[in-house]
Amino acid sequence: MSASTGTTTSTNTGTAPSRGRTAHPGGRPGSLATAIRLAPSRIGYEVRGYFRQGDTVFFTFLFPVLMLALFSSIFSGDLSPAGLTGDPANGTDTVSMSTYYLAGMVAAGLLLSGVQNLAIDIAQEKYNGRLKRLGGTPMSPVTYFLGKLGQVFVTGVLQAALTISVGVLAFGASLPTDAGSWLTFAWVFVLGLTGSALLGVALSSVPRSGRSAGAVVIPVVLALQFISGVYVASFQLPESVQHLANLFPLAWLARGMRSVFLPDDFASLELGDSWNLGQGALVLAAWLIVGFVASRLTFRWNRRDA
Amino acid sequence: MTSTPRHPSPTPPAVVVAGLHKHYGAFRAVDGLDFTVAAGETFALLGPNGAGKSTTVEILEGFRRRTSGTVSVLGEDPGQAGRGWRADLGMVLQELPEGEVYGSYTVREQLAQQARYYPNARDVDEVISAVGLTAKAGTRIRTLSGGQRRRVDVALGIIGRPRLLFLDEPTTGFDPEARREFWDLIRSLSSDGTTILLTTHYLDEAAVLADRVGVIIGGKMRALGRVDEIGGEAARVPVVSWRGDDGEHRSQRTETPAALVAELRTRLGEPRDLEIRRPTLEELYLDLVREHTTATKEQAA
Repeated sequence: MSASTGTTTSTNTGTAPSRGRTAHPGGRPGSLATAIRLAPSRIGYEVRGYFRQGDTVFFTFLFPVLMLALFSSIFSGDLSPAGLTGDPANGTDTVSMSTYYLAGMVAAGLLLSGVQNLAIDIAQEKYNGRLKRLGGTPMSPVTYFLGKLGQVFVTGVLQAALTISVGVLAFGASLPTDAGSWLTFAWVFVLGLTGSALLGVALSSVPRSGRSAGAVVIPVVLALQFISGVYVASFQLPESVQHLANLFPLAWLARGMRSVFLPDDFASLELGDSWNLGQGALVLAAWLIVGFVASRLTFRWNRRDA
Repeated sequence: MTSTPRHPSPTPPAVVVAGLHKHYGAFRAVDGLDFTVAAGETFALLGPNGAGKSTTVEILEGFRRRTSGTVSVLGEDPGQAGRGWRADLGMVLQELPEGEVYGSYTVREQLAQQARYYPNARDVDEVISAVGLTAKAGTRIRTLSGGQRRRVDVALGIIGRPRLLFLDEPTTGFDPEARREFWDLIRSLSSDGTTILLTTHYLDEAAVLADRVGVIIGGKMRALGRVDEIGGEAARVPVVSWRGDDGEHRSQRTETPAALVAELRTRLGEPRDLEIRRPTLEELYLDLVREHTTATKEQAA
């Protein structure tokens, strides 16, 4: 090194193995303990990078809020367990359409923060050389994935909080008051966001260039939102479309969130007149496993040849 | 620094490559390479585009699998080595055209983050100063010039205090002044004992920095040795050049240049534009490439 660093390196006159490597303040590189210890700073780094990408902030972070504002403004009617109602005072309980949309947008946020965010982010990292450069450092892939998962959770929680706040404060959506609903919210949120993050990692291997990543990922995510009761209420969709949507996680995330934000008797609007949370949990868990296995099989630090 | 080895080396070589092959179908990208890089040495791999330099370096870095042969880097097989092995390596990879690898972070943020991965990292601010980016430490990397971004790459390559540093075409796109500053940095790393494996297209860079060079053409090592030995004795015969009475450039190769100049002096008086020099590494290198191209064409014919 130049003169400025001479003081710290002057003792290293050769490449003798005794270069002070016995004292590892950071732990042994490559060990699991080191990998986990490095995760918090990696998460901070990832979150900072996320919020410095203008397109990510708009199309992933703010998108559910913008769509909530848009749909709540256009469709401002009320909803009863029998469906849309023009007359709110007909004896049954009603909620505003904005509450229905809030549930859908919170669910869509889980998909965007996981699948859309990571699929595009990691595909770009692969093609702009960042992953390869990371592969040349002693940083463990465990740290890398904890960083990504942490980023997804930090931004997902902030996104849900923002979406719910805007829904309640600006559009009069109602919040559940019982602990049971919030417990449902918690498990749907954690299971959904984890699965969504893993599916994002898996999907990141599909685009063939960094530039095409958005073009590959966004249509998939958008189509799912249209058939899964996010933009169009699921009870207004043909049953065949609802059955198709139920093969994918988003419809179950949206249904789970509706079970949280809507009163119980609104289950009559769902297929089978039930929230069917048990089946939802199974489908979400199955997709989580699919995401995990596909990530393990497809992820590479670089396009390493055979 | 002086030529290597300075002493009989007590430490094992940093890199040992024997019988290395990398084939893609019928194409032999690397076709039987043997070389060794001693600990503390600066070794340059030269060769035209597509000669197999980068493939070789990527095999040594653990990014590519080999078809056959044995490779040892800091005592380990790069194809098998764990992440701990990388703590002793620094890599400055070839620049990508997009050049926006860490765009949204500042120079200091990126270096501080990467420093955490190494057990014995250098001081972040000292490294920033060593690559001449102190004034830009708080600037987002995206807004830096191409040359400044390359210095960030170099800084990231040395932040972990590597025992072995790979530099893959490190100064492409540098202006002459930046290149000289970069050379000073590499020399100081070398004098601290860092082993350096350099690939470059700039023959002057190899001549200035490297203790030894290897010339790879067509996947094979065509020449290997100290910079002042490359090409053998015959290739190094001095060239005397001058301008004749008719204004024409003349040149003659001779083992006894002083005698030739004395003879010119008696014949022509003071010869104009007189020069005596040994062929530069660049001339020797171009001769080697030309020989190979001719040989390949003859084979094909």
